[in-house]
Amino acid sequence: MDSSTLKLTQTESTLTLDFSGELTLFTITNHQETVKSTSFLDKSKVEINLEKLTYLDTAAAIFLDNIYNSFSKHSIEVSFITSNQDILDTLELVKSKKGMHEPIRHKKEITLIESIGKYAYKHFLGFLAFMSFLGELFATKMHYLKSFKNFRFKEIAFEINESGIKAIGIISLTSFLIGLVIAYQSAFQLKIYGANIFIVDMLGISILRELAPLITAIVIAGRSGSAFTAQIGAMKITEELDAMRTMGFSPHKFLVLPRILALMIIMPILILIADIMGILGGMVVANLDLKITTELFLDRFNEVVAAKHFFVGIVKGPFFAFLIATIGIYRGLMVKNDTQSIGFNTTKSVVESIFAVIICDAIFSIMFTNLGI
Amino acid sequence: MKQIIKVSNVKTIFDEKVVHDGLNLSINEGEIYGLLGPSGCGKTTLLREMVMLQKFHDGNIDILGHSLRNINHNDAQTLRKEWGVLFQAGALFSSLTIAENISLPLIEYTNLSKKMIDEIVAFKINIVGLNVNDAHLYPSQISGGMKKKAGLARALAMDPKLLFLDEPTSGLDPISARDFDSLILELRSLLGLSIVMVSHDLQSIYDTLDRVAIIDNKKIAYEGTLDNISESNSPFIKTFFGKYNE
Repeated sequence: MDSSTLKLTQTESTLTLDFSGELTLFTITNHQETVKSTSFLDKSKVEINLEKLTYLDTAAAIFLDNIYNSFSKHSIEVSFITSNQDILDTLELVKSKKGMHEPIRHKKEITLIESIGKYAYKHFLGFLAFMSFLGELFATKMHYLKSFKNFRFKEIAFEINESGIKAIGIISLTSFLIGLVIAYQSAFQLKIYGANIFIVDMLGISILRELAPLITAIVIAGRSGSAFTAQIGAMKITEELDAMRTMGFSPHKFLVLPRILALMIIMPILILIADIMGILGGMVVANLDLKITTELFLDRFNEVVAAKHFFVGIVKGPFFAFLIATIGIYRGLMVKNDTQSIGFNTTKSVVESIFAVIICDAIFSIMFTNLGI
Repeated sequence: MKQIIKVSNVKTIFDEKVVHDGLNLSINEGEIYGLLGPSGCGKTTLLREMVMLQKFHDGNIDILGHSLRNINHNDAQTLRKEWGVLFQAGALFSSLTIAENISLPLIEYTNLSKKMIDEIVAFKINIVGLNVNDAHLYPSQISGGMKKKAGLARALAMDPKLLFLDEPTSGLDPISARDFDSLILELRSLLGLSIVMVSHDLQSIYDTLDRVAIIDNKKIAYEGTLDNISESNSPFIKTFFGKYNE
């Protein structure tokens, strides 16, 4: 890198600063310290010699201007010695455009209480916005129900395929593996007590009632919830939603309801598939590890696992689907006009919908147990 | 001349920032009207308020005989079918082809046969100067200028009386921008449109606009034809139009 040097010469009354080389923002820091550590208060005259300077950039010119100002503030006579017109021009430009009498305020300092207040108020507003979204959704739904013709079957079918049919593979695999793992872990414990056959009861109830609906919901939240947010968010950024509104197409009717309905229709079917695959996984382990034949497994299954367990699992489906779809879409509509907020809202959408699903599952769990189902 | 839009005393407030403080302007039938002003003065905001994308806090906007304050759902739907809006980047629906974009309002709002719709779409594509052979392309496959033309074709799909354009020439090269200007003038004389546009493009302003409103400092700084604009003493007008008039 090009370097510059600073030579200080002091006489009785005069201080001379000799700059040479290229004075740029890479080289001024050292000089700043040199100048700072020099005492000049006893001098009456300072000469800044720029004669040997080959180049001066604006940052360095600000530095020189600052030296100039600090000297003249102490009523010391300062002068620049140079014949280079470019350097004089740069100095002149900096002098006229510097205009920073007070430092730029970077960010307003806020107190802890203020930030807590703002945070709480922001979330309160967010909650109100979600409520108004639900209200609008309900109003549109009412409007929908007036006539059969209002249902957008094409969009619903498209979404069923996108978020339902195409998710069958991953949901089957996940629930098969979960069935396998659960069975394998419990087989080890059950063998100790010789209670091998109870694996059927355990798998039947836990998978049908809880695991299959939850796993399906989590996969769908990660897969479709995030997709809804990103799609609708991108449409908002490209003004597609505005375009729809000015054409009189309600985004609720075209984008929101078809997605929610599609997910609510397909979710129970996906849970059924997860049930089958989960039990299948358990059956494989039971057969290999516990020597329970398929026939015996199914006989026992028929005997001890009541149909209500299956229905409890299936009934949760539409509720989970509603939560995932509404949160995903709501987050999409919350996207602001910058790309960062797509990422932010997608993250939020997945986290919030999984959380909501688990809360909902807990409520169901308590409800069903108290009802004796 | 009949007034089709009347803006009276409109106030707009964002959080704590006052954007408009009592705007008044009126737009006549058949004219090309421009909303101009320095950036951040709320031109696009006013346009968005006119097309009911944004609420204003006080005052009133009358469009085609409907007052936008307390407008009910059905009136709003009727109004939306009577205008077309072209957004800055076209805002074509990315999941649909150009032809599907243009035909969407026709499919939703009319019971025309498929063949008839195809003919109308082909006509609109021709009238904005696009090639019918490109109609099957998706918005991601076409250039910015083509997107604007396709957006214009979609805005014209329902034969609106009123057209709103948000910076129609921004982001176009000078030649395409001039083409777009002459297209707008041509459409006005062919279809008898009234056009409201936001623009920054001086050439386009002088070539197309009949009358302008200049928003500066939350108010209307000038309203009228471009001929008398030098009489105004707003600093924005002086710097913006000064050089052109010399």
